[in-house]
Amino acid sequence: MSVAHPVAHAHDPYRLGHGGGHGSEAQGHGEGGPPSKRIIVGYGFWIFLLSDIIMFSAFFASYAVLAGATAGGPGGKQLFDIGNVGIETGFLLVSSFTCGVASIGAAARKFWLFQIGMAVTFVLGACFLGLEIKEFAGLAAQGDGPQRSAFLSAFFSLVGCHGLHVTAGLMWLLTMMAQVLAKGFRADIMRRILCFSLFWHALDIIWVAVFTVVYLLGVVR
Amino acid sequence: MLLGKLTLAALPLDQPIPMIASCVVALVGASVVALVFIKGWAPYLWKEWITSVDHKRIGVMYTILALVMLLRGFSDAIMMRSQQALALHSGGYLPPEHYDQVFSAHGTIMIFFVAMPFIIGLMNFVVPLQLGVRDVAFPTLNSVGFWLTATGALLVNMSLVLGEFQRTGWLPYPPLSELRYSPGVGVDYWLWALTISGVGTLVSGINLVTTILKVRAPGMSYLRMPMFCWTSLASNLLIVAAFPILTATSAMLLLDRYLGFHFFTNEGGGNVMMFMNLIWAWGHPEVYILILPAFGIFSEVISTFSGKPLFGYRSMVMATMAICLLAFMVWLHHFFTMGAGADVNAFFGITTMIIAVPTGVKVFNWLFTLYGGTVRFTTPILWSIGFMVTFIIGGMTGVLLAVPPADFVLHNSLFLVAHFHNVIIGGTLFGLFAGYTFWFPKAFGFKLHEGLGKAAFWCWFVGFYLAFMPLYVLGFMGMTRRMQSYDVPEWRPWLLLAAAGAAVIFVGIVLQIVQLVVSIRNREFLRDGTGDPWDGRSLEWATASPPPVFNFAVLPDVSGEEAYWSIKERARASHRLSDEPDYQDIEMPKNNPTGVICAFFATVMGFALIWHIWWMAILGLVGAFATFVVFAWQDITEEEIPAEEVARLDRANRASRRARLAELEAATVQR
Repeated sequence: MSVAHPVAHAHDPYRLGHGGGHGSEAQGHGEGGPPSKRIIVGYGFWIFLLSDIIMFSAFFASYAVLAGATAGGPGGKQLFDIGNVGIETGFLLVSSFTCGVASIGAAARKFWLFQIGMAVTFVLGACFLGLEIKEFAGLAAQGDGPQRSAFLSAFFSLVGCHGLHVTAGLMWLLTMMAQVLAKGFRADIMRRILCFSLFWHALDIIWVAVFTVVYLLGVVR
Repeated sequence: MLLGKLTLAALPLDQPIPMIASCVVALVGASVVALVFIKGWAPYLWKEWITSVDHKRIGVMYTILALVMLLRGFSDAIMMRSQQALALHSGGYLPPEHYDQVFSAHGTIMIFFVAMPFIIGLMNFVVPLQLGVRDVAFPTLNSVGFWLTATGALLVNMSLVLGEFQRTGWLPYPPLSELRYSPGVGVDYWLWALTISGVGTLVSGINLVTTILKVRAPGMSYLRMPMFCWTSLASNLLIVAAFPILTATSAMLLLDRYLGFHFFTNEGGGNVMMFMNLIWAWGHPEVYILILPAFGIFSEVISTFSGKPLFGYRSMVMATMAICLLAFMVWLHHFFTMGAGADVNAFFGITTMIIAVPTGVKVFNWLFTLYGGTVRFTTPILWSIGFMVTFIIGGMTGVLLAVPPADFVLHNSLFLVAHFHNVIIGGTLFGLFAGYTFWFPKAFGFKLHEGLGKAAFWCWFVGFYLAFMPLYVLGFMGMTRRMQSYDVPEWRPWLLLAAAGAAVIFVGIVLQIVQLVVSIRNREFLRDGTGDPWDGRSLEWATASPPPVFNFAVLPDVSGEEAYWSIKERARASHRLSDEPDYQDIEMPKNNPTGVICAFFATVMGFALIWHIWWMAILGLVGAFATFVVFAWQDITEEEIPAEEVARLDRANRASRRARLAELEAATVQR
């Protein structure tokens, strides 16, 4: 750049804004022009994840407000089966590991490592979802559905919102497996795999908060 | 069962006003469609506009949507003003259930489908050009965002013909908006329209944040970005941080209404005030989402037409980001009367007043930019000066309302209505009109008619004061907002005056339509061949008008603030343009219909959910997902523009710049 534009250099002797002085020549900081698509896509997806976390925080806030509003009905202590939730948590945390394995497989262009990693992730995610549905169905069957009290409304919404995200993630996962099968590790597909794995790990982080705020505190309260 | 709650009774056959209005809308819509097909424009529109992923075209479409919806929102305003002018000791001409829908629709439409798309349209069009780049970060998502916004607008307008709109005011406050008290489809129209268009807004916010933070020309460091880019960044950060709260809050009310949850109900332990807190945790940042880009527009306009760099650029950046942060710390001032207690109210009162400080910094910066400049009194700068006068009044009444004891008196009165119109019309809308006039020649290659533009400004300006100053007085006289009829004769003269003001604004709008028509007809006379009609300072003026699809043949190398001004100064000093660059092939994203098809399915889904047509809702959801998979399956998403074509377009642009330079030098010699 500096060689190609001597005039510009003369007007910008300290190369301010071109990484002169304190910055680097790294692209995307305004110094060297737009960065690669992979960086742009990953960055944009991070912004999306942050906004998604804000949406969750609204549900967390409403849960915190309504946690005591049981309207004479049962509270978390009576309802939550911490053992069941522990197994759920285990499934989800291990699925994050296998998702990481799939990412490594994709980065190394190892078709089977990727596909098997994704398949195991799918199974673990589906098991998580199955246990959650079982919990929800059990609560509803004993008359403690979301219509029972504001506390249960907030509980079902917060946990169910996470569950919906996992469901969407599973559909996305299958789409990615099919895409790699049909088209291989193309650059745009690699970018989508990056986004998917960010999404999947973010769901784990949110689940850790759900586990703590809803279940652990609920059992203690 | 097959059609859910939808029956023939949904048609307002017994109500002449909505019936006639919807017939007129249908007639106009049908004739536009017919014209498009008869003239054979349909393929062109489909290929070049509807499926376009070009940020400039999407920006223009956003703006057109906003201008059309402005007419709808304004006709509601005229109805309210005339109703209140007539309704002393009588029912006026609008029955209460209709009047309530009118003011609810007016607020919803003006905020979500006029101000928002107008702002997003201008940001979409201008920001990548000012940053000196070829596109936004995510072109296809950009198109999805636009079409989802259009879906929301369509659903709101559908409520005119089918069923009803909500009667709860522009925000569906529970418990009134709960199923027990609003059993109709009105609130559902609002909720689904806003949820769908809210997703569109969020997508566009993510896109622009990523664009501004990551996709800039070489050398365009943060502190070299034009002010409009900074305010757009602040506004889009607020979108990303605030709109998810709106989505979550709407989802909670939807769960209450559709599945019997108890978030905001009176029974079952629901908490009504939680809705107020959540909705205003979105709603107050929303105010700054609307005003900050307008501040950016004024900064560009005032600096350009004063022929000076913006005074206090860095303090302006600081003030913008301070407002961005403070925006999230004031929401409770919307309900001081909730009873949170003196300490809480005092805290939020003080944070609210603090916002006046960075805003004041901005006003002084604009004044000092004007001071000592050679000011050219064009239409955009008239809007800017009109804004400064008007907005300061609105800001001061806002500080007054921020004092909790005063708020207890003025709460929910017409004083409040006057205040927020004072800042939204005098701030956001004046800014949007300034930007519309300022960047119109960049978008289309010819200027808008100046005389008619000035006449429209004066009508809006005078009309605004006539229409809204009386409302301050009425607020002090104790008139509450949203009154369908009243029995206090002392209010009547002021309401008549306000109605007269609305009529003057109406003349302003007519003049704007005439201005557009006249300008298009005289476009050869108003043509600007230079691409730089106002002697601009930032990079959007460095390219041709309208810009080629790739914006810049080579990315400009930025070496200071006011990137284009320094390029021009260099050319004047060396009496020539910089050397012709080495042209190369340019890859641009190919147009694709993902956005419009996705929005089609979203419309189907939203409509089905409003009317409880479950099979159709599932169909819409599956369709939208399938659209994305099909898009992801494409193999070729980009097309290449060959270097010769780039060179041909850029040489024409350079020739016009060279001619302009020669013209300027000849003028200097003569002097």
